[in-house]
Order: sequence, then structure tokens, then C-alpha cells
Amino acid sequence: MNANELPSVAPAEPAPLEQRARALRDALVERGLIEAGEAEALAHSAVQELSPLNGARVVARAWVDPDFRQRLLANATAAAKELGIEGPEGRQMVAVENTPTTHNVIVCTQCSCTAWPLLGLPPDWYKAPPYRARVVREARALLAEMGLELPAATNIRVWDTSGETRYFVLPMRPEWTEHLTEEQLARLVTRDALIGVARIQNSGA
Amino acid sequence: MNGPHDLGGKTGFGEVSREANEPAFHYPWEGLAWALNMLAINKLRAYKPDTYRHAVERMKSSWYLKARYYERMLTGVTTLLVEKGTVSLEDLERRAGGRVPMSDPVAQLPVLQTEHSESPEARFLPGETVRVIAEATPGHTRCPAYVRGKKGVIRLVYPLAYYPELRAHSTIKRREHSYAVEFAAAQLWSGGDPAQTVFVELFESYLEAR
Repeated sequence: MNANELPSVAPAEPAPLEQRARALRDALVERGLIEAGEAEALAHSAVQELSPLNGARVVARAWVDPDFRQRLLANATAAAKELGIEGPEGRQMVAVENTPTTHNVIVCTQCSCTAWPLLGLPPDWYKAPPYRARVVREARALLAEMGLELPAATNIRVWDTSGETRYFVLPMRPEWTEHLTEEQLARLVTRDALIGVARIQNSGA
Repeated sequence: MNGPHDLGGKTGFGEVSREANEPAFHYPWEGLAWALNMLAINKLRAYKPDTYRHAVERMKSSWYLKARYYERMLTGVTTLLVEKGTVSLEDLERRAGGRVPMSDPVAQLPVLQTEHSESPEARFLPGETVRVIAEATPGHTRCPAYVRGKKGVIRLVYPLAYYPELRAHSTIKRREHSYAVEFAAAQLWSGGDPAQTVFVELFESYLEAR
């Protein structure tokens, strides 16, 4: 039988993602464009260095040090650097401060831009369609669904990371934390609170 | 372009599902995809972040919407490195032992103003009301669809930054100011929450004086 007479065959299933990623890495290593182990080392250091623990430190410092809080609100990039916190996606960071009347929440509707040095690489839900689609349209309902009920009178500001700026939320310090040290305060600040989808909760710190 | 990535305000996606104690990477290949993109941008200087974003935006909608983040990232990196000839698709498919799917080609380039002039002065001031251009430009843009044609108020003026359309599709480096523009949710959506506003960072070229 002539090959031209064969019926067309549907395209094969894609190779598994793991094999696609390794194929690209191996091709780049073989061409001498990257070194063996370089990508793995970079991914490992990202997990260590880009962490919401950094954002938590910044918030705790702002809670105990009013001068630092002022500097943070004026220039969060420089204030974070005072604590040794900087890195990729951190060139222009802006703190948005919650008050008794205004709650802030951040999103990137078009991709998933995030202040990596302060929040770490963002979680899947932050990068998936439901959150990106809904928070700009119906923030109050979505936050309630996620466990953060806000009174109808509380103003909500949604910050869409559509340019160069990378935002994070400076939550309000709860009254019951008055006796806590800066280190204990930092332990209360979660990534969800830095995104603006959770309150500061008493986790027994 | 009106791509699948431009999700703000779209409906029908259902609930946000969160995973407790989620790791940065669920599988080693996710970390690999992230690291290869960083190396391609910062070490190989193969492309700019804007070009990368557009490579992801060029995925078919049906694929983009079901792919998780690191699959989209791997697809963007792979597409650009194949398009630039850094690696060949045949070689990747041989190594992967199967098909390596790619984003669609660039459909239509935006009309790029190629002059290098940039104004150090911001055209708009805080408090000024502006209107967002109504038309979607072809190619990469950072102007989300849900604010096009809408009126907002300038709240913050950001420093000069590279205009994303140019940086994604050309080697021209032209900077312009961007702004945090505040929109009332009630102006964006019918039945919008009267106590909600949305701050969108928009480049000067996306804005017209009112």
C-alpha cells in the first residue's frame, strides 16, 4: 500500500510535562548554554529565598516601629532592603495599608505577577482563572467565600498588578497582640493576609 | 489582543480552591520550568519578560484555560526558544519521547510607534479623570479588557518604565509613565459593589484626557 493512501492519524498525545521539561533542560545543557545542575540549583534557591516569611518580617517591623512603617508606605522597596529583602520581581514594591474603613486585596488578572521577595512564588489558586476573574468583579462575595467576611460599609480596594508595580497588603495589627514580640508577630502574618484574602488570626503564637 | 489570559471580570469559573500548606513547586519539573524561564531571560538573554508573557497568551484558549501555571510557563519558554532557533522542536520531541505542543505563532503585530522620544514629564496628575482607550491593540498589551473605554481617576504616578508593547515585539526601548488608576466597581460592572474600587496600573498610551 502506498503511504499516500493511508488514512490521516490524529496527533499523538503530548509527552508528559516532566519529560518535556527535562528535554528542554538537556538540550540547553548539551549546547553549553546552561550548566548541568544550574536550573535545579536555581529552583532550590527560589524555594529558600523567595518566601512569605520575608513579607511577615516586614509587616511585623512596621507594626512595632512607626518610623519604619512610614518608610515602608513611602517606599516599600527601600524599606524591605533595610531588612535585607530584595530580589526578582521586587524592583518596585508598594505596600497598601488596611485601615478600620478600607480593606485591600491584590491580584494579577492577566498573568500572575507577584512581589516574589515578600510573598514567595504565588500559590496555584492565585494563578488560576477563578480568583483572577472574580476578585475584580465581586471582591466582597469572593472574600466571604474564602472565609473573610467584611461589613458592607468597609471599602474594598482591589489592586490589579497590570504593570511594573508589585503590591502587598499591610494588614492591621489586632488589638490582642499588644504583648507580643516582633518575632511572635511575624509568625501571625500569613501569605493569604499579605494578599488580602485573610485576617490576622490568633494561632497561639 | 483579546487572549484567554485576560480574565478580569469573566464569569463562570466557579469557586477558588485552596490547598493547605501548598509547596512552591508540586513536582520537580515545575521548578525546572520556572528556572529555565529565569535562565532564558537573565542568562541567555533570549527574550524579555513581556515577550514571554505574550508567548503564554498565544496558547489556544481551550488549552490555556485548562493548563496549570507551570504548564503554561513551560509552553511559553519552549515556544520562544524553538522560535528563536536556540533549540529545535524535533530535538525536543526526540528527547521527550513524544509530542511537544507549542503556542500559536504571533497572529498580528501591533502598530508600533518607533520613535525613541520619551517625555520625562508625566502627562496626567493625581486626581485627574481619564478614559481608557476603547480598542484592544493586536499583540501583547497590559491594558486589561475590563477597563477599556471606562473612566477612572489617576491616584498614583509611577516612574518611567519600558512600554510593554514595544518590549514584547521589538528591540525598541521606549519608556513612559504608568499610573495607578482607580475605577469604581459600579462603573465597571452592572450591579457593582458601591463600596468597591479597582486600581489598575496603566501606561500613558492607554489613557486619554477627559
